[in-house]
Amino acid sequence: MTLRTDPVTINFGPHHPSTHGVFQMRITADGEVITNLEPVMGYLHRGCEKLSEGRTYTQLVPLTDRLDYLSPMSNNVACVLAAEKLGEIPVPERAQYIRVIMAELQRLANHGAMTGFLLNDLGTFFTLFHYTMREREKILDLFEMTCGTRVTVSYMRPGGVLQDLPEEFMPRLRALLDELPQRLDEYEALITENEIVLARTKGVGVMPREMALAAGCSGPMLRGSGVKWDIRKNDPYGIYDRFQFDIPVGTNGDVYDRYWVRIQEMRQSVRILEQAYRDIPQGDVRTRLPLFFRLPTGEAYARIEAPKGELGFYLVSDGGIAPYRLHVRSPSFINLGVLRDLTVGYTVADAVITLGSVDIVLGEVDR
Amino acid sequence: MTLALNAGDVAARVRERYPDAVLEASGSSLLVRRERLVEVARLLRDTEGLDFDYPAMVTAIDWWDYFEVVHYLNSLTRNHSLYLKTRAYGRELPTVPSLVSVWRGCDFQEREVYDLMGIRFEGHPNLKRILLWDGFEGHPLRKDFIG
Repeated sequence: MTLRTDPVTINFGPHHPSTHGVFQMRITADGEVITNLEPVMGYLHRGCEKLSEGRTYTQLVPLTDRLDYLSPMSNNVACVLAAEKLGEIPVPERAQYIRVIMAELQRLANHGAMTGFLLNDLGTFFTLFHYTMREREKILDLFEMTCGTRVTVSYMRPGGVLQDLPEEFMPRLRALLDELPQRLDEYEALITENEIVLARTKGVGVMPREMALAAGCSGPMLRGSGVKWDIRKNDPYGIYDRFQFDIPVGTNGDVYDRYWVRIQEMRQSVRILEQAYRDIPQGDVRTRLPLFFRLPTGEAYARIEAPKGELGFYLVSDGGIAPYRLHVRSPSFINLGVLRDLTVGYTVADAVITLGSVDIVLGEVDR
Repeated sequence: MTLALNAGDVAARVRERYPDAVLEASGSSLLVRRERLVEVARLLRDTEGLDFDYPAMVTAIDWWDYFEVVHYLNSLTRNHSLYLKTRAYGRELPTVPSLVSVWRGCDFQEREVYDLMGIRFEGHPNLKRILLWDGFEGHPLRKDFIG
């Protein structure tokens, strides 16, 4: 006897723990297999770009905390870089080092959280997550002692950083750096060769190299597909050209490779932090600017290698104290453009981990 | 370091094929005639030595008299960049050609520009709002938008 089946539409989200925020996937499935998937977003749209048109360049910084709220420090850096590029504002040496330290700590926190979430999606509910959150907590403690907040940091300023590091920062950073390599080994012992993880993630959500390029994917999505492209190396900003580190790349472009790239990146971040810890000089941390400083007429696009990929701020100035137009090129949003291709033909359970491996934050997707 | 290509040099190469396409070349920005945008984009992608394989960013600016659509293009193989710009006139329904057929990464970004700036991308396979809901009136990033 043959059973006739109809395709079924599944509204996955917007309120679902595995969509990592208010994101919806409209899935059409034939049995277990996905035949179509439409990403629906915008539930968290707050008009950040429009809001920025009425704010001074310093006032832009708090807005950026709320974009990718898992890595506010990186957002801060990208935002002030655009203003500094257009206004040719110098940044003191010590501030440059502080920025590198903060951005790399943020990458560790972000990739840790992402890996924990991915394992949640895989069904190991909150096992690894507890461990990665433990380390993230220590990083957020460092942020808190530096600028008073853990997430909405608003720490960067055009021309430097808000204030110098407190005295106890460096010893605490040292202790964390001594601990991290061992912690990363522990994560890897749990995941990297875990038979169940391999069975679930290898060959799932495969993205060929050509697709990653033409779709404008960036960050671990791009590198997971074998493209050796890291803005810290290929288009260095700040003082990244002084640091020694490698760019890990995947080979198959599947969920596993994207996980693997991230865990290796965490090791490279520790390497960068060690160098920054060794070399950071004393001195000023901020070029003093008037509260309502103006930027010359023109445009500037500043981009950084944020934990999720290429985070760019395109700033257009008409010579006033606020931007004429500010566009945020958010990596999560553009990486989502391939979600349909990565999930069609796989099962619904695979779509969940594929989305997890894209690593989206809706604050940044919707802006 | 990503090399910002001199737009004048690129313009010379574009003019060999499409003499009327380039309107202006300054710094690293190439302003092209709207009707020629798709051809120029294909040329930038496929010409040996230019190899623009990566659409890094698409956005638009409201200059009151016209809208400027900005494509920030990269070549990851050659590590250089270029701003490809075009202008759309009229405030009712300004239109520019879609580049989704050249780089699929323009898809969501063009939808975003349509949604927030109200520029129609001719030839886009699925041009509908992406961040705001379907019944929303107006386009918030326009300078004359009243919220």
